[in-house]
This record gives sequence, structure tokens and C-alpha cells, in this order.
Amino acid sequence: MPSSQVLPAFNMVQALNSALKEEMARNPDVVVMGEDVGRDGGVFRVTEGLYDAFGPQRVIDTPLSESGIVGMAIGMAAHGLVPVVEIQFMGFIYPAFDQLVTNAARIRARSRGRFSCPIVVRTPYGAGVKAIELHSESTEALFSHIPGLKVVVPSTPYTAKGLLVSAIRDPDPVIFLEPTRLYRMIKEELPAEEYAIPLGKARNAKEGNAVTIISWGSMLHRALKAAEPYDADVLDLLTLSPYDEGAVLASVKKTGRVVIVQEAPKSCGFASEISACIAEKAILHLRAPVMRVAAFDVVLPFARLEEYYMPGIKNIREAIEETLRY
Amino acid sequence: MPETVLDTFEIKRLDILDARGNADPALMPPLGGAEIKKMYEYLAIARTFDDRALSMQREGRIGTYASIRGQEASQVGSALAFDKKDLIFPSYRESGVFIARDYPLHMLFQFWSGDERGMKVPGDINIFPICISVSTHLPHAAGAAAAAVYKKEKTAVAAYFGDGATSKGDFHEGMNLAGVFNAPAVFICQNNQYAISMPRSRQTAAKTIAQKAVAYGFKGIQVDGNDVFAVYRATKEAVENAKAGGGPTLIECYTYRLSDHTTADDASRYRSREEVEYWLARDPIARLRLYMEKQGLSGGKYEEEVREKAESLVDDGIKKMEETGPAEPQDMFTYTYQGPTARLSAQIRSFSPGAV
Repeated sequence: MPSSQVLPAFNMVQALNSALKEEMARNPDVVVMGEDVGRDGGVFRVTEGLYDAFGPQRVIDTPLSESGIVGMAIGMAAHGLVPVVEIQFMGFIYPAFDQLVTNAARIRARSRGRFSCPIVVRTPYGAGVKAIELHSESTEALFSHIPGLKVVVPSTPYTAKGLLVSAIRDPDPVIFLEPTRLYRMIKEELPAEEYAIPLGKARNAKEGNAVTIISWGSMLHRALKAAEPYDADVLDLLTLSPYDEGAVLASVKKTGRVVIVQEAPKSCGFASEISACIAEKAILHLRAPVMRVAAFDVVLPFARLEEYYMPGIKNIREAIEETLRY
Repeated sequence: MPETVLDTFEIKRLDILDARGNADPALMPPLGGAEIKKMYEYLAIARTFDDRALSMQREGRIGTYASIRGQEASQVGSALAFDKKDLIFPSYRESGVFIARDYPLHMLFQFWSGDERGMKVPGDINIFPICISVSTHLPHAAGAAAAAVYKKEKTAVAAYFGDGATSKGDFHEGMNLAGVFNAPAVFICQNNQYAISMPRSRQTAAKTIAQKAVAYGFKGIQVDGNDVFAVYRATKEAVENAKAGGGPTLIECYTYRLSDHTTADDASRYRSREEVEYWLARDPIARLRLYMEKQGLSGGKYEEEVREKAESLVDDGIKKMEETGPAEPQDMFTYTYQGPTARLSAQIRSFSPGAV
């Protein structure tokens, strides 16, 4: 952490909250909006205290209206504001998918730069919290496929804060996916001074030479755990769109062996994009086929079977062993 | 316990100018002769533009076009009720709105010829680019209106859409949000009786579209959409009410799409000649012409001058569009993000226009 001055340990919820608080204090055009984000402070408490600090004009409790909320944010952004939208769970974002794909991603192009859409859409995502149906999916690939959107997935309190600051300052629409399982799992000290982590840059979470492991979000932690006994280079992508192709290829050229770990179902997931890119640009550096460790291509089961669905440490280790043996 | 009546509603319809050119003096908005002439001239440009766009499509000089024929009063009459700084969110059948906002005609032709540069809205014109996706721009209007309040501006925001849009979810969400936030928004529905082939009765079982506003907690009114004075008056009142903090209004302009849905449609498959003739007799421009003759606003060579001016403006627009030529192929990379991503930069470097 590039800092001498540190704040006491923050979990991811608190880190996100402090990013919102600081950006709202810095820029009066930043507003927070969504269901239960005001008085209630958000169902996960990410917006706690903002309503009292900034008032109902800037911390806007909206009707239960996902498409309308994102549509409204697009209109507010067109008229000079910087809305940070909270969608309560990723499973409820699909009514707003139309607004994101049809409008947010295209306003800049449609107007040839006269209007833009500097919105952030934050949403909790991913499994592992024993929630009910539609509260656990990870459909980041849907959004990463859309030109005009950016997609960010933090993995720690430190990256959550620094990336959210950058997302808010970014001139284009950013889908900011917060791994629900990590909200309170990890605590770490944060720099006391302002900092931002640039979008589009991967983080090297563990240095090694024998195998590259690529992951993001909550799976990054399982990948790190799985990688402990190995001389593994573990990349935390942090931004999926645009992702850090340079960092991926550099690591692949160093190790020649790749395991990509994603929580989402295997087919047409984001791991497939990385795998294809490696095949196109670094195939002669490979000493083993690229392995994808992913969930099954099934409708996500309810809480009691959830762990059987998600890639576990054992699955990741098997893939590492297989690629090392090849 | 007896049941109690919690609420009742009534929906009004405003008519000022009839098809024979007689206006109700008690309802006439305060428009001077020069302003009425200006209205008429915009209507004439809109009709001329529309006629030429249809023939240019047939000649292969532009692509598919959505005609506004019959809806000119709904568009020009409402658009002229907004101030220059007010922001308009249009749908795709809105040539008259663009024209009344002094949008460069060559850019409208560019848009319909498949050149996106036509939607690079000039900095001094406050209109959003055309929203092709039906009804998704209604929440944008609610948001821009809420932002105007946040910025303490006296700005009204309009969304233009058709009767078909009122069946969509974003109509509900946009209207509902505007009501909840008391946003200075004016929702202008041109009920032209058809969504491609589907008649208005297939969009809603409600008696009017105007009454839908009641459920969102604000005023709805139906106006004769072929009566430029009624449209102007209702819109002006809605704009003033919005700017005074009175919240949104829904205006249903009851009108008729005289042409096909687009140049790719054939309306004779689903509606009768008699029906079209009924509406041809209620032409919005002809009745204003009659009114102006009766009021002595259009003597001498006026009519001829208006026609010549409209034709020359439209001709200039076509000439300028056709002289401009297509954009450089690399242009398509420019506006996806504010700056190109690393991958886009690589794609730009490897892009070879000669390969097409």
C-alpha cells in the first residue's frame, strides 16, 4: 500500500462507503440513487450515513423501478450530473439491461460526443452468501460484451475504494460489480489520503513463474488459496472491460501455463475471452492447453447446493496440477 | 361501513381551431400575427421536408424514413412552446420538432441517409439525438428534469412519443418517476392512431391516453393534435406549470399518421381509404391557412413566398447533405468511449478501409 498514513481496518462495505463520501464531498454533481439507499443506507449499508451527510437531494431514494432508475440516471448525466446508481442485487438488473445497452452505452456515439453518460451502476454480485433465488448469479460477461460500457470487479477493500473513485471520475458508464461474499470477509487498512486505482489495469496478487492463474472478484481469493503451494503468478484482473490484455500476455509468456478461474458458468464466460486472446496472441508460448475453471452450465441452485456449483479450491488445484503435468 | 369515494377524475379535451379555419377567441393563446406567421412557416418547412424525404427515399438518395405527414401541428405547435434552453428528448417521427428547433436540415437528411454525423446536435440547440428504442427516453426526460431542479435552473424537459410507446414499461417508469420527483417534465404523446399496423385500441383499453397521467399524480389533457393553437396553448401551460414547480403534464395530441409507418410499410394493408380521407379533410396546415386568410394574415404573394422559401431551404439542405459525402471509415472508432481503449487502439491500427 503506497502510504505511510493509514486508516484503521475497513471492510469492503466501509471502503466503498468512504469512496462515495469522499467523491460526493469533492464533486457536488455526484449524486447517489437507488432503492433504499437513503434513510436505510442501502440493504448492505454501503450508502450508510450519506443521507445525513448530503441530504435527500443528493442521496435519492427511488421507487422500485430498475429500468427507470438507470434511465433517469442517464438523463441526469446528460444534464451534467454524475449519478452513482445502486441496483439492489445483480439479479434485478435485467429490467435496466435495456437502458444500459440501448442507451447508456451509446449516448456518446449517438450524439457524436455532444452528450455523454458518466454514470456508475453499482450492484452486489456473485454467490456464496446463502441468498434466495436471483441473488447469486455472476453475469459479468453480458455487460463486458457491450462496447461503450466498462465493467469493474474489485476484490479487496483497498481495490474497491480506489476503483470506485476512478469509476465515478470516469467519463463513460461503468458497471461496478461488488462481490457480495467479500463485503465483510476481509478487512484491511486504507491510506488516509486520496487515492484512485486506474481502470483497465490488472494487479499482480502473487508473483511466480510456473503457472499463471487469472481471476477476479470473489474467486480471486479461492485462486490465491489454491495457488499457495505453487510457484504461481496470480493476476487479479479488477477491470473486465477494458481488461489488461498486456498484463495477461506478459504473464503467459513468462509461465507458458494458464488457469483461468471464474465463478460464472463456463460457456461464453469472460474466461473464454481471455482464453481466446491467449490463443490468438501467445499460442507459441504455451506449454499446456489453457484451462478454465468455472461453474457448471446450470441454473444456479439454491443455498443448500450452492457450494457444489461454485469452483472450489480443490477444482482449482486439480486444474493447476493438470496444466503443470502436461 | 359504506364504501367511500376516494378520488374521481375528469379528462378535458382542448379544441381551438376547427377544420374550416375558425378559432375560438376565448381560448386563443396570446399570439401576435408575426408569431402565427412563424408557426405557419415552420409547418410549411416541415411538410416540404417530409415530402422531399419521401421522394428521396424512393430515389434511393436516403434510407428508410418515418413520415410526419398529418402530425405537423402536434410537433411544431408544441416545440414552439418551449424556450431555447429547454431540453427535448425526441422519438424517431419528429422531423417537425427538429425543424421548429431550427435544427440544420442537411443534418436531418444526413441522419436519414445513414450518416450519424447528422445527430451531432449543434451546441446551441437543446435536443437529444433521436431515440429509436420506443419509450426508453421517457426516464431520461424525468432524469434531466430532476437534474434541472437540482441545478436550480428554470428548465423544462420534454419527451415526445407515440401511442404505441404508452404500452411499454418505460412509459410507466418514466411517468411514475417524474411524478414522484415532481420533475419539470412535459410528456407529449402524439396519438396518431397507429403503431405500425396496430390501432390505438390494441395499445390500451383506457378511453384516452391523457387519463393515464391521473394514476401518476399529475395532469393529463387531450388536445386536437391537428389544431396548432390548441397544441401550443396546452404545451405552453404545461411548460409554465413545470417551471413554477407544478410538476409534469401529459399531453395527448389526438392526430393521425397520414403516411405509412415508414417507407418500408404499406398502410393500405390495414386501414381503409375512407378513414384516411376523413383525416385528410382535417389537415392541420390547411386549417391554419384558412384561419390566416380570414384574419388577413396571408394576403398578396405571402403563400407563394412561404412555399418558395420552404422549398429553397429544403433544397439547400439536400444539396449540402449530398455534397458532404460519407464520413471517413475510421470515424466509427471515435465515440465509443471518450478515448480509445488499448484494444480499440490496436483495432484502429489494424483497420484497413481498403479491405471492404
